[in-house]
Amino acid sequence: MIEVLRAGALTTVQDQGRPGWAHLGVPRSGALDPAALRLANRLVGNPEHAAGLEITVTGCVLRLTRAVTVALTGAPADVRVEHPPRTGSTASGRVRRPGDVGRPLSLPAGAVLRIGPAHVGVRTWLAVSGGIAVEPVLGSRSTDTLSGLGPPPLRDGDRLPLGPPTGPPPVDLVIARPVPTDLRLVVRPGPRRDWFAPDAFDRLRRAAYTVGTDSNRVGARLAGAALPRAVAGELPSEGLVLGAVQVPPDGQPLVFLADHPTTGGYPVIGVVDDVTPLAQARPGTTVRFHGPQR
Amino acid sequence: MRIRPVGAHALLLDCDDADQVEAWRAELWRRRAAGDLAAVDIVPAAVTVLLDGVPDPEPTAARIAGWQPGDTDATADTAEVRVPTEYDGADLPTVAGHWGVDVPTVVDRLRRTEFRVAFCGFAPGFAYLAGLPPELAVPRLTTPRTRVPAGSVALAGPYAGIYPAVSPGGWLLVGRTGMTLFDVRADPPARLTPGTRVRLVPAS
Repeated sequence: MIEVLRAGALTTVQDQGRPGWAHLGVPRSGALDPAALRLANRLVGNPEHAAGLEITVTGCVLRLTRAVTVALTGAPADVRVEHPPRTGSTASGRVRRPGDVGRPLSLPAGAVLRIGPAHVGVRTWLAVSGGIAVEPVLGSRSTDTLSGLGPPPLRDGDRLPLGPPTGPPPVDLVIARPVPTDLRLVVRPGPRRDWFAPDAFDRLRRAAYTVGTDSNRVGARLAGAALPRAVAGELPSEGLVLGAVQVPPDGQPLVFLADHPTTGGYPVIGVVDDVTPLAQARPGTTVRFHGPQR
Repeated sequence: MRIRPVGAHALLLDCDDADQVEAWRAELWRRRAAGDLAAVDIVPAAVTVLLDGVPDPEPTAARIAGWQPGDTDATADTAEVRVPTEYDGADLPTVAGHWGVDVPTVVDRLRRTEFRVAFCGFAPGFAYLAGLPPELAVPRLTTPRTRVPAGSVALAGPYAGIYPAVSPGGWLLVGRTGMTLFDVRADPPARLTPGTRVRLVPAS
């Protein structure tokens, strides 16, 4: 069991999401950087699809009621562990020791895990041996902040069940990927490039954009060179993919992330190949696009 | 029909009209079930069908271009879902105004219309029901309601729709139903899936 002592700004249960239900209006959801969560799972011996926590900016404080191995990946943060002395130890009083992002930590029952604010970047993923065993919804335990499917975001005092530990970790250390302060994303032409002025796609790839404060798990809002439309009027709703660069009437692009709606009515000028760097993009981060013409 | 690339792993079938969407939707679902087509999501919409999670989009596009979708009547033998509807929506007079008829005539038209789920979107289990003639399309509210109750039956554009859960919404309310439209324990979780025929039958 995990007891949530301090939930932080936004801590959610996430796994690899629930793709395959978009035709019923169900978003994919899942960790904003699925590979980072898979890696955390490997560090604690979980299957890659196990559920962990996605911790946003401010960190959180958790108490583990049983002995577990935990691992963090993603944005670096100060990690502190506090627990009673282990059996046979000569230490008196509670043991306090620092932890690390990217390295498994073995904790005795009753340990308190304090994950501090992210030094850089936005999101840190926590895997716990056995995985978080909340009831799956449509094959996934992910919190979908758009539709409300899955468990609600964590609140102080919540208790989360853990599954049975599954085995020894296949890796015991990962080299943390540095969190970039300037992002360069590969963008390919989207399905409605012809709804824009002829130079709009080039403009998208030449200009520098800034990540807006109203970015979230649904999408990263960007501010910069406006992308003018060539076709006026409304686009009938059509299916959206992860990474779709949608352009509302104000011309400022929005890159869709894991909790994106399944359909949308604004034209998509391009599609970002890999959106995971945006999971760490704080407001004000510079984003540049490059990629093939066709 | 024209096939457009969507990034590295998706294709968009840009169709001529909603009937062609339904024909392609049925054809692609059938081909995927038969193992002819690999795609994680096949998502119909107003005039498009999106294929997402396609491992090899270019060869897949070439193969689709050589296929002929079956007749839309292929779905006509699927069961009809009868949605018991209490026609007491707050916007019935507004709809009557747009249609240039009285409220009983609006209700009569809606109860007689054979709808078909064109696509789902907006929220899990929210079905866009096609079947009204295009001249009866109505605009959305200029200021959406902050809270539309679950089960509200409503109109917007050429579509009818039913809110599966409480949410904000700008559709014109014509009635309500007690039917559960989305249940994560049901298979499928949505009661109204693309292609399903629907009638909004008076509850009493």
